[in-house]
Amino acid sequence: MSGAGIAIPAAPSRSRRMWRRYGLAGIGAGIVLAWLLVALLAPWISPYNPDFVDVANRLQPPSAAHWLGTDALGRDCLSRLLWGARISLLAGFTVVLLGALFGTLVGMVAAYARGWVDEVLMRLTDLVLCFPPIILALAIAAALGIGTTNTVIAMLVVWWPKFARLARALALVQRGQEYVEAAVVLGLKPSRILGRHIVPNAIGPLVVLVTLDVGNAIITFAGLSFLGLGVVPPTPEWGAMVAEGRELVEQWWVATFPGLAILSIVLGFNFLGDGVRDWLDPKARSR
Amino acid sequence: MTDRQTGNANRAGPPVLEVRDLRTAFLTDAGPVRAVDGVSLSVRAGETLGIVGESGSGKSVTALSLLRLLEEPARIIGGEIRFQGRDLLAMPAEELRALRGDSMAMVFQDPMTGLNPVIRILRQLTEHMISHGRQTPQAARRHAIGLLGRMGITAPERAVTSFPHQFSGGMRQRVMLAMGFANDPALLIADEPTTALDVTIQAQILDLLRGLNEDFGTAILLISHDLGVIANVCRRVAVMYAGEVVEEAPTEAVLADPRHPYAWALLNAVPRIDRPLGADRRLTSIEGTPPDPLDLPAGCRFAPRCPFRIARCETQHPPLAEVAPGRLARCWVTQAGQVLPKAGGAGFAAPREARAKQEVRQPLLSVRALTKHFPLPRDSLFSPQRVVHAVNGIDLDVARGETLGIVGESGCGKSTLARLITRIHRPTSGSIVFDGQEIAQASAAAIRPLRRRMQMVFQDPYASLNPRMRVGDILAEPLVAHGLARRGAEARECAAELLSTVGLNPAWTSRFPHEFSGGQRQRVSIARALALQPDLVVADEPISALDVNIQAQILNLMLDLQQRLGLTYLFIAHDLAVVRHLCDRVVVLYLGKVMESAPSADLFARPLHPYTSVLISAVPVPDAAMPQAGRRVILRGEPPNTLVLPTGCPFRSRCPIARPICETPPPLAEHAPGRWAACHFPGAFDPKDMPARLGQPGPAC
Repeated sequence: MSGAGIAIPAAPSRSRRMWRRYGLAGIGAGIVLAWLLVALLAPWISPYNPDFVDVANRLQPPSAAHWLGTDALGRDCLSRLLWGARISLLAGFTVVLLGALFGTLVGMVAAYARGWVDEVLMRLTDLVLCFPPIILALAIAAALGIGTTNTVIAMLVVWWPKFARLARALALVQRGQEYVEAAVVLGLKPSRILGRHIVPNAIGPLVVLVTLDVGNAIITFAGLSFLGLGVVPPTPEWGAMVAEGRELVEQWWVATFPGLAILSIVLGFNFLGDGVRDWLDPKARSR
Repeated sequence: MTDRQTGNANRAGPPVLEVRDLRTAFLTDAGPVRAVDGVSLSVRAGETLGIVGESGSGKSVTALSLLRLLEEPARIIGGEIRFQGRDLLAMPAEELRALRGDSMAMVFQDPMTGLNPVIRILRQLTEHMISHGRQTPQAARRHAIGLLGRMGITAPERAVTSFPHQFSGGMRQRVMLAMGFANDPALLIADEPTTALDVTIQAQILDLLRGLNEDFGTAILLISHDLGVIANVCRRVAVMYAGEVVEEAPTEAVLADPRHPYAWALLNAVPRIDRPLGADRRLTSIEGTPPDPLDLPAGCRFAPRCPFRIARCETQHPPLAEVAPGRLARCWVTQAGQVLPKAGGAGFAAPREARAKQEVRQPLLSVRALTKHFPLPRDSLFSPQRVVHAVNGIDLDVARGETLGIVGESGCGKSTLARLITRIHRPTSGSIVFDGQEIAQASAAAIRPLRRRMQMVFQDPYASLNPRMRVGDILAEPLVAHGLARRGAEARECAAELLSTVGLNPAWTSRFPHEFSGGQRQRVSIARALALQPDLVVADEPISALDVNIQAQILNLMLDLQQRLGLTYLFIAHDLAVVRHLCDRVVVLYLGKVMESAPSADLFARPLHPYTSVLISAVPVPDAAMPQAGRRVILRGEPPNTLVLPTGCPFRSRCPIARPICETPPPLAEHAPGRWAACHFPGAFDPKDMPARLGQPGPAC
């Protein structure tokens, strides 16, 4: 923050502190970045076609030809795992970003308008929040029919309320700030006060929630797929892969590797989210 | 108070606390910040020592160092602390813990966070006594109740069963003091114990501290930014600047004749309620800011700002040396025997006669029967609606070009009044006429054109500027919004011009607010208010978050701007000395009602309402020679809550002269030309009739 020239003598202790504070976040970012690369490069780096059925070679244990073995239809588990990253990440990001966008809009408008607008929007939020999210998503997904898009829509319906809640609380805090009062006294229009003064100052915790939540969305999506609602069968998806390997006790590799993939990506996003939170929180930063 | 002085002198024995060459540094990325740089102090048994200085002078860090309460990256890097002969810095953590809160206690500034909210008062008090092995639980309980009673808490038996949130700030500070005194400490360190409190409550707590020192013989180390507070309690004072003690002497001596220019500046920067007003209302303020602790000047640290500096000050660092018997100062000038001039004595000319005559004109702002009630959320669907009665029928007029002061304790509705007049809030009822236009219930869109002519300056310079906007954009925004300047170069030019109007460098438009100090931010805030060239500026406690020297700078700026631009001020403050200094007329509020309204000079010379008298007498004056006993009235109790308004005169429950007739509300009536008061016995109360001390609650409460 201060001039780089002055910082030189204290550099070693600084790097140690940076490591202590952001080390895990760095690992998290590394994991997430690695998975993003995998998702992007899946067509080129996967050794087989993920949907290629080879019944003769079914349930092969990990070997040089199939690093992670093959599943009940003889498909290469590694290729399916790599392709699965695409769907998981895409679904996770779509749900969280769209949910955050919609929820923030609802929450900020409610907080700024107050009165009956606030009442209607927040009671709607409460209505969604009073169902257990997975069950509600299950019901909606089941009603819409199986398919990636439908599952994402179902998840969106249960996903936005928490952002609305948080955004409303943040905007209410900002509303009470003296610089927002100053903006009112200066005669600025509500849209400008909201856009220029409230939103930029309230966005920090929302960014943290988004980062932390992508992992959460990925695991929920995998969960829905595991229950058979997520993707249409041949599509390679981690949750569905775990489901396929569920009863194959002897063939441990079928369920284990997709499980580990989910674990690593969720951990990655959590580490990253914690780091973003520390970075945005000036109190944590000064420690 | 000869009694107090002899009492102190008799107790002067061996030092309880002896600090020699203490050095504490914050080890930051940019290098070590020497927050405390060679401080030596000693406090004898039963003695009272004050430490005074502006924020960043190292006074709080000194206090924390004494108890070794510092956390990384702060570290004590040198010196010696001896407490009752024992070396604190060499003491193992275990022994130190036994010492803290036992023979050495500390009271902090913020009474709101000092108590654990989920534990009852009794346990917080007794836990402490029992854990140090002093008392059985039963004895501790009796002791706790006795202590709370001594601290001036009514019905202590009931109070000990309460939770902290049921207590007000002043009550909590009393509990904190009771905790401090629970184990009969040899030394109490109080770090700004009254800064967060109202002036009447502050007077109660200071009185209590003085009494405790007399009764128990506890040595007190009181830290404050306010010389008036120190003068009220302490016999000796150490003035700190940039991590060093620059002057140490008996308090009276420093107040009468400071021997360090910084002490001189501190003393003269505050308007004094006990001195006649001069014709010139500008305060003595020193320019500049404290030195960067990473890059301290080689010579005297105060030299860059010092009006008396000589060549030697720039190059040689002065030692703390004796300038008179018992008086130490770190200054080449006074060590050479030179005396610093008396300031502020700008003459005894009659103040502002000419200005007071403007009232015949049409008022710029006229408020009638204004009320504002805030409904609280209901506890349940069927519970009755509770309402905070913030403003309960206020009438006032502000003439063009005058400065109207609004004073009162916190919760009296003064900030709400400011927000009603500027229509941040919509009033519940009543009328606000601004230059002939009724705006009390007007819609936001209808008011927007009028906003140009009525602006506001806020209290907290850290909260009133959007941290994510550049200062240039902050200043240009209102101009663009009202179509007074086009976005881009024209707006930027106006912003730069505004910065120079308030005495800042016009090249700073591309800086962010966090790159400015508190005083500079407040200048930016004033510049923003001036951007639209308003007629009326509502200033809500614009200087109360600033250091005294910066306060003087901002007050001088406001006076200048008023003269140059013909502004009208509505100045809201709790500091009566400042109000007296700045305002032509003053309105005193209590529980959302006007108690008294009068020209400033008359109000302070001869208050009509007893509440005004009490407020004026509660102001701590930096003058130890002033016989406190004859002057101060220490008001009992605290303002009632505003959920249920009292019937009759709102001040009745605390009024020293209340009679049965006060059950009928007194009207606000004109008792002399321009002097209005809401009291059945205007002018009947004389502070001199009151007993000197009311520290202990009498049986009547």
